[in-house]
Amino acid sequence: MGLTKALDRGRETVRGRPLILITWLAGVLLALDILARLAGVEIALAAGRSFGGSMSAAQFGNLVWNGVIVGLIFGLAGIGLSMTYSILNFANFSHGDLLTTGAFTGWGAALLIAGWGLAETGSLVLVRAAGGPSPNEIGASVIQAPIAIVIGVVVAAVATVLVTVAIDRAVYRPMRDRGGIPLLIASIGVALALRYVVQFVFGSRSRGVTATEGVRTTVAGVGVNLHELTLFVVALVLMVGMHLLLQRTKLGTAMRAMADNKDLALVTGIPTERVVTATWVLGGALAGVSGFLYVLERGTIEFNIGWFLLLFIFAAVILGGIGSIYGAIAGGLVIGLVHEVSLVWISGDFNAAAAFLIMILVLLYRPEGLFSGVTTA
Amino acid sequence: MTHRLRPDGGARGSGDADREPSGVRGSGGDASGSDDDDRGSGDGGRGTPRGKSAAGAVRDAVERTLGGNDLAVVLATLGAIYLLFTLFVLVANDFEITTSTINAIASTLRLLTFFAASYAVLALALNLHWGYTGLFNIGVAGFMAVGVYTMGLLSSPPDATSGMGLGLPLPIGIIGGMVAAALVGLIAALPALRLEADYLAIVTLGLSEIIRLTMNSGQLSSWTVETFGFGTGGGSGLNLPARPTDALFEGGAGEALLATLTGMGVRRSIVVDAAYLFVVIAFVVGVYWLLSRVGASPFGRVLKAIRDDELVARSLGKDTRLFKIKVFMLGCALMGLGGILWQGSYGYVNPNSFRPIVTFYVFVAVIIGGSGSNAGSIVGSILFVGLLFEGPRQFGGIVQNAMELGDAPATFAGAVGPLTGLDPTPLLAYGLENISALQFVLLGVVLIVIIQRRPDGVLGHRTETAAAVDLGERPAAGAAPDASRDSATDAGSASGSGGDADE
Amino acid sequence: MNSGVDAPDEEASENGAASAGKADDADVPDAVDVVGVDEAVAGGSDESAADGTTHEPETQDSAVERRAAETPPDVRLQVRNLRKSFGGVVAVDDMSFAVEAGTITGLIGPNGAGKSTTFDCITGAHEPDGGTVRFNGEDITGLRPDQIASRGLVRTFQIARELPEMTVLENLMLAPPDQVGERLWRSVVPGARRGVVEQERALRDRVWETLEFFEIDHLARQEAGALSGGQRKLLEMARAMMTDPDLLLLDEPLAGVNPTLEEKLLDRIHDLRDQGYTFLIVEHDMDVIMDHCEHVIVMHQGSLLAEGPPAEIRSNERVIDAYLGEDLE
Repeated sequence: MGLTKALDRGRETVRGRPLILITWLAGVLLALDILARLAGVEIALAAGRSFGGSMSAAQFGNLVWNGVIVGLIFGLAGIGLSMTYSILNFANFSHGDLLTTGAFTGWGAALLIAGWGLAETGSLVLVRAAGGPSPNEIGASVIQAPIAIVIGVVVAAVATVLVTVAIDRAVYRPMRDRGGIPLLIASIGVALALRYVVQFVFGSRSRGVTATEGVRTTVAGVGVNLHELTLFVVALVLMVGMHLLLQRTKLGTAMRAMADNKDLALVTGIPTERVVTATWVLGGALAGVSGFLYVLERGTIEFNIGWFLLLFIFAAVILGGIGSIYGAIAGGLVIGLVHEVSLVWISGDFNAAAAFLIMILVLLYRPEGLFSGVTTA
Repeated sequence: MTHRLRPDGGARGSGDADREPSGVRGSGGDASGSDDDDRGSGDGGRGTPRGKSAAGAVRDAVERTLGGNDLAVVLATLGAIYLLFTLFVLVANDFEITTSTINAIASTLRLLTFFAASYAVLALALNLHWGYTGLFNIGVAGFMAVGVYTMGLLSSPPDATSGMGLGLPLPIGIIGGMVAAALVGLIAALPALRLEADYLAIVTLGLSEIIRLTMNSGQLSSWTVETFGFGTGGGSGLNLPARPTDALFEGGAGEALLATLTGMGVRRSIVVDAAYLFVVIAFVVGVYWLLSRVGASPFGRVLKAIRDDELVARSLGKDTRLFKIKVFMLGCALMGLGGILWQGSYGYVNPNSFRPIVTFYVFVAVIIGGSGSNAGSIVGSILFVGLLFEGPRQFGGIVQNAMELGDAPATFAGAVGPLTGLDPTPLLAYGLENISALQFVLLGVVLIVIIQRRPDGVLGHRTETAAAVDLGERPAAGAAPDASRDSATDAGSASGSGGDADE
Repeated sequence: MNSGVDAPDEEASENGAASAGKADDADVPDAVDVVGVDEAVAGGSDESAADGTTHEPETQDSAVERRAAETPPDVRLQVRNLRKSFGGVVAVDDMSFAVEAGTITGLIGPNGAGKSTTFDCITGAHEPDGGTVRFNGEDITGLRPDQIASRGLVRTFQIARELPEMTVLENLMLAPPDQVGERLWRSVVPGARRGVVEQERALRDRVWETLEFFEIDHLARQEAGALSGGQRKLLEMARAMMTDPDLLLLDEPLAGVNPTLEEKLLDRIHDLRDQGYTFLIVEHDMDVIMDHCEHVIVMHQGSLLAEGPPAEIRSNERVIDAYLGEDLE
């Protein structure tokens, strides 16, 4: 009985949703291919292609690590996007530009402290808008100026929160009950305005900001990049913090209730406006810090970095199931890994496209997300 | 300027709605003014924020003057923008009327019209998706890219040095581009149209980025066999066939005409570009005609119903999936066409022309004009191009020249620093120097303000009736339509009082 | 009114017949399943005039044809052993009933009895977990809402769903099935549009007559979103009648309607019943059901509790028990 049922279901899947089957098959094949490559097995196929090949464990480990690093950025930024999506019911297209805001304000502060006295204040606060001393001269790195980095993180969070809350008051609050699409369009307007205010103030030049001296080092025989490690640690700490906040505090309970059912939350007397503000504060802070950390890892800054990240962050949130912060984190890691590990098979021209494609497929075939049904939070 | 452009009686009187779709829409085909009453009451009921502000009064005055005639509104808008830009050029040239000034005016106005017309095609297509059917497609740039690249691959010359195409005739390339865009639309539509609007937005944006990244990839850039080359050109772009109108001036009457005009001092490029401009305008008219017909039909009625409440349409037996797929494909084909007319006309294209910002431009045009209105899409395109796209740049240039502010500070710090000494000049100079950034800020702010305060667009709430005949015409036996309407209104107000009072 | 509803139908099919000469291939695959007998009906082929440009599966079948060809069977709707659960909650459990042609049948039950879910399962909004729904003898279980509606089973909604940004006229014009102009190319191609315009004229006349019948013609040019709650209910019914349905499912047609309007609505329902239309009404107001329905079905906890003429139901002990605490009189 049980077996026939399982068989029936299998048959149904094959017939009804062949794409799911194909996806699974493809996934298994790719995993086998990686194993074969790691084992150095190569089976020649037609047309000069082959299955397997050779890839050192270090190469592969490097790709995975890169994937985890960008994945954490996607996930950390995704938490805020996911929360505003579920609590305010709209897809916030300006979320990426909140990352940009955090990156510039945070790095302005970090450079000011790290490079105090080395250059004009204005030039430092504007994150080397007009060049000036080189990043290595300023020495903004976790080794040379750990305090500057810490302050940078804090300023990124605070400044982004202020901007976010101000935007909410001016733009979103008057249209709270207008439905998802008008809010989405307004958020596109916010994205444009914010991005180009940043460009107007900080300039459009792409430039380096972090010092690289001593950042790459070996810890216990393993080569690490201390900036990546910082990102890793800070992101994990913040994620755990979010978890505790949502599970252990009254605010967290209220937020989860609102994400689940807004009307019910209203009836039960949850002060929705305060919860909304708290959502923006948390989402903004995390976005700002993500932007700051992203630049820390990447070393360069530009006014449209956040916008370029937006689709990846959306992908992470959608993959994880909108409204779930754990989903956003997991989705971020998956998208990050897809983005990096797919380089095994495809050229760097297409790895972003691959990540977007995965997002689209998930939206189409499992719009509730890959990790939904675990817990909403 | 176009005071007396009221709906002309000839087309209306015949009652042949088939022949004259625009007569059916808008002013209901009767000059008694009863339609204005209808619109007024509809507005009141919807609670559109329509205070008696100064802007509202101006708008009402304009509406009254132009009598709600769409063509008049479009021409008046265009005229106003022309005036503004003529003024810009005149100011820039210190009001010296020379041949070069006139050439500058002509060339500015031509450029404006070209952009406005290109955006109009795209805005009309997007309006079909979003305004009519409620399909929130923000992948316009991607469908444009598919159109342009397909056209290029089909019609560029097939030798590896000057082109990467198949060398087919241009019409085949254009139709091929539209078909390709429609097919990509179909592939996206089949699964995506059952998604919620915001998901559709993300999917289409993702798709448009995938398309752009694919075009940008070096991997598809070229396959060369002997002298035969084929490929997208990757990041370095693709050569496209020349505009067909350019050939008009090579020999024969065209060349003679060109010679005469240049002899009169007209710049050559103005004449050649103007010829192509007329082609684009003709396409705008054609697309408008097509979409007006689509809108004013039972098909368009189902589209509107899908936008308003899809479940109702399904509960009345309409297979909404088919309608959505058809309309998505049609709109995508027109986006491909818009791309070809615009980006396809420079003889060269690269993937940077299809960044998502282009989609948002088109969106702004539609929103300014009011989504759901074809005429609004055209007006919105003109206003967008004039006031948001080209205007700030021109204006900034003029102010910069006129005020002699000296060199702009290199950074924002240099600009705000002197403010402590109450010297705003450096900030002004910096602002003018970086006016393109401010222009985007303005764009964002305008988008927010419109969606917050005037979600129906600057023209206010417009109705374009979705029917192939004038629905207001009553089948009163024997009685004249107007008489029957009046009596019906009387009867209605009596019997309707119960209904009105029930809330 | 009878002539009002029917005459334009004939006109519409004549218009269709006039344009049928061009593309006359009667390939209506589904028509066989739908009606069985009437492929040969005059005018039957025209509506499906082959669409050259799009591959549109022809699933619709006009009410006109059905009516003309068929002597209506006694049973319009037959629901057998219907089951539907959401998660672990069983909303409808083994529900069976029938609706006879030409009647006003009432479906009542306490809150949460599963009436709305039953409605949703019949009209295709939900797919039932088990059981069958037969309409005019055809199994329609699990079909899409539009497939079901196009077979002549049309519903209204508990909270009236007008199409807010369309005028009342447009709302009604939308409803009739098989409009030639719903094909994209026919709306666009100059020659082909003539037939569309002709049909539109005929439909417009019918729309005005229907508006007059429901006494909302004075609202014709307003946007439906501007109507009051009661007017929307009337609009929704008028719109549903424009499809010329074989069976009309009314979900709480009187909810939020004032007494004057209520009378009007009920009168209209009776008029239409007298013309041969069939109604299935879900209603909370007991009195209305008891006074106006020939046949009453009582649901309780997802299944059938009782059915019969109102007088019988009124005195049924089990019904009274189920409604304990609710006002039966």
